[in-house]
Amino acid sequence: MVATPSPDQNRLGLLARFLGVGDTAFAIEFGTGIDPVLNARVHRAAALIREAAFPGVVETVPSFRSLLVHYDPLATGATALQEAMAGLDLGEAVASAPERVWVIPTLYGGEAGPDLDEVARATGLSPAEVVALHAGTLFRVYVQGFLPGFAYLGVLPPELELPRLTTPRVRVPAGSVAIAQSMSGVYPVESPGGWRLIGNTPLRFFNHETTPPTLFAPGDGVRFRPVEADEHAAIRAAVARGDYAPEQEAGR
Amino acid sequence: MSARLLVTQPGPQTTVQDLGRVGAQAYGVPVCGALDMVALRLANALVGNAPGAAALECRLIGPAFTVEGGPVRLALTGAEATIEITRGDETRSYPAWRAIDVPEGAGVRIGALRGSGAAVLAVAGGLDVPLVLNSRATDLKGGFGGLDGRALKAGDRLPIGAGALGGPCLELPRPPSLAFDGVLRVVPGPQDDAFTQEGMASFLGTAYRVSREADRMGIRLEGAPLAFRTSADITSDGIATGAIQVPGSGLPIVLLADHQTVGGYAKIATVISADLPRAGRLTPGAQLRFRAVSVPEAEEARRALEREITALVASLTPVRAAAEIDLAALYAANLISGVVTACDPE
Repeated sequence: MVATPSPDQNRLGLLARFLGVGDTAFAIEFGTGIDPVLNARVHRAAALIREAAFPGVVETVPSFRSLLVHYDPLATGATALQEAMAGLDLGEAVASAPERVWVIPTLYGGEAGPDLDEVARATGLSPAEVVALHAGTLFRVYVQGFLPGFAYLGVLPPELELPRLTTPRVRVPAGSVAIAQSMSGVYPVESPGGWRLIGNTPLRFFNHETTPPTLFAPGDGVRFRPVEADEHAAIRAAVARGDYAPEQEAGR
Repeated sequence: MSARLLVTQPGPQTTVQDLGRVGAQAYGVPVCGALDMVALRLANALVGNAPGAAALECRLIGPAFTVEGGPVRLALTGAEATIEITRGDETRSYPAWRAIDVPEGAGVRIGALRGSGAAVLAVAGGLDVPLVLNSRATDLKGGFGGLDGRALKAGDRLPIGAGALGGPCLELPRPPSLAFDGVLRVVPGPQDDAFTQEGMASFLGTAYRVSREADRMGIRLEGAPLAFRTSADITSDGIATGAIQVPGSGLPIVLLADHQTVGGYAKIATVISADLPRAGRLTPGAQLRFRAVSVPEAEEARRALEREITALVASLTPVRAAAEIDLAALYAANLISGVVTACDPE
């Protein structure tokens, strides 16, 4: 006998659990760990909640496997919101191919990527192989956060997975292309940081004067393109003049 | 030309803040805003502003500034402090929790804060810095919002929005008590299951002390380290203001207004929103305990705080027995000198 799919099987209430986060937020948790299907459900739930415009919902914050819903306790309550959200039909939220893929020009190694040689040593690869693996990966924007404009890009080829630095740097330059565990990312502004720096891009990822303020949107694809120092410098100058349009490759 | 404040002494960390920047956390933009929202709302009410008008948040010691381009009405709330107004060679002192009219050219100096580490100074008309992503709050880490995304420094000029200075100066007859009873209420979770039973018992059963590492992002606590059942590391998820995250050291950190939007440390509990202003007032050395409540209890506590704020705003009255003299006209006629304010009770 073939099981008939229940019409309820894609209901949010069956796919996730609610976790209390004080009296102004709750989490909708779809599972543990980093997984493209879980992340797709998170972003799908965020979109449905935005469309439904539940009274009292302030905003939502998607992360790898969980959606944080901020609400106004003077306008609504967690119980009522969770009951309403449990009935949302997520449909077949799957990680489909990205609609657009950003191309990030990157100068690898040297002063731009001071950890490249150490990453190569720790992984038993040559620096050129590390660059080829990193630049050969189609990354997805899983989460934006930590810093305005910082995107957690996954997933890194398993050969490049390394823990974070034991002693974080006090100062990581803006534009540093970095890796840690199964993720890559670019530091949008100078900040402290414990990821391993393998390159640098002149692109800007956050502008508080634009809406939305970030270059990337959830689910976007990202590919890193190796460039030489002269092209890096030319793009940096164009970005500073405000006449560099970030490259995209055709998505699906 | 509208009035401005020319900063002569900035204080240790004086920033422009409002009710916070909501709506862009999904892009990694922190909320920021005043640590003590009750103080912000009362200060704005005292000078006739909307509740969320941008004001100055002062930490530990207030700033000193000169009023330029016209008179201003201001009010300090959230802490006890002496406000000195100097005009010519005469200086008068005023307390917090009341509006004060300050004529053009006068100097204002706010002394050390008592009872809280975070006071709010509101100015009628609000601070007219540009809106960034729908808020005027300073994001110190992001370097935007407020005045050039940073704390005030000497020489800054703060523009003030158009505001009516008409009517008597108001005061709050019974200011809220700043005495801290030593308890912050929390809702356990979302990662309380990352801790052992003993860890949870230590968290709710022992006293913690505010360390010297206490700023607008958060307060590191000293006390019994909490034992993990699993580990401090989780798959990064969203953070609410008041979340208490516990890194590998086992020592809790209460996250405040400037906290990052997502983080990878287990969060044992969340300080309820009604107690966040109290958390924002804490200074290093303060002792505290946590008490667990349910989400419905926390929501009710927030509604109760809201009723309290509404009652406080309704209780504002003109500063007692103000001499009803049209000092503005007298100043204009240059008939008197040395008198500082039209609503001076003396």
